[in-house]
Amino acid sequence: MAKLKVPVGPADHTQGPADAPVTLVEYGDYECPHCGRAYLIVKALQKRFGNQLRFVFRNFPLREIHPAAEAAAETAEFAATHDKFWEMHDLIYENQQYLSYELLSDLAKQLKLDAKELARALETGEFAERVKKDFSGGVRGGVNGTPTFFINGQRHDADFELDTLGRAITEASR
Amino acid sequence: MSKILPAGTPAPDFTLHVTPDQTLSLNELRGRPVILAFYPADWSPVCGDQMALYNEVLPEFHRFNAELLGISVDGVWCHAAFSRDRHLHFPLLADFEPKGAVAKLYQVFRGGDGFSERALFVIDKNGTITWSYVSPVGVNPGADGILEALENLPK
Repeated sequence: MAKLKVPVGPADHTQGPADAPVTLVEYGDYECPHCGRAYLIVKALQKRFGNQLRFVFRNFPLREIHPAAEAAAETAEFAATHDKFWEMHDLIYENQQYLSYELLSDLAKQLKLDAKELARALETGEFAERVKKDFSGGVRGGVNGTPTFFINGQRHDADFELDTLGRAITEASR
Repeated sequence: MSKILPAGTPAPDFTLHVTPDQTLSLNELRGRPVILAFYPADWSPVCGDQMALYNEVLPEFHRFNAELLGISVDGVWCHAAFSRDRHLHFPLLADFEPKGAVAKLYQVFRGGDGFSERALFVIDKNGTITWSYVSPVGVNPGADGILEALENLPK
């Protein structure tokens, strides 16, 4: 069974306590509709498990089939440098069906970020390396599509329905 | 089904259509590592499927000078449409006539189903299989095993 290759560290975007009994890592793509659905499921899991769950999101844009996924990932990383990663992450998924450069720019403005600075960062690929690092680490750990979840370092090979993931998390917390 | 061809076995040669008017033989690639990725069918209903993933990982495969070949029992026109739709940058071979013949040669054909396993082979520059793997039904094997096998090839 595939195992998470890159341990959760300070460079990661996390929600929930570092000492939570269960860490759920998602490798996701902002343009992938399955990830859009998983977004809501993770929210429900966070509500259900509270402080028992730490959630980590890593980038895994499939750029050839999702032309805006890379820009979206870099936009979230841009927001992260202004401490607004999760706000941006959530906004992108909540507006996923409208994903485009214009949308990303609008979302930046909505979060009171400088849209021009974002445009420059996307132009120069300032955050491309960061996204690529997530991607490569994911490939090495057996990420095989999006979304791919790891529960306490083990790849979750079953479906990502609320009940299935919930059971796997309960199992892992024992 | 008999067991998948293991490491140490000379990779059986084959010639398959890669486009409607072009064929490719395995032995044309002698001198560089080859990754054979057998998969059940084009148009699998998930995004981020196995071929889409490998498409993204191609630069890493190329660092080892390795050539990736996807193989399924789909015909050339089906492959052409699939490849165009997913923007694939590597060849898909049609194991179409006689159906599954190459999959059978590598012992990864699923007789009852009429398509191949999700099976991976890494072949070294001398044409010997150095790693092979069959993924459980329905589980996309990812690329980590391939990369590890490429790393383990003698320089």
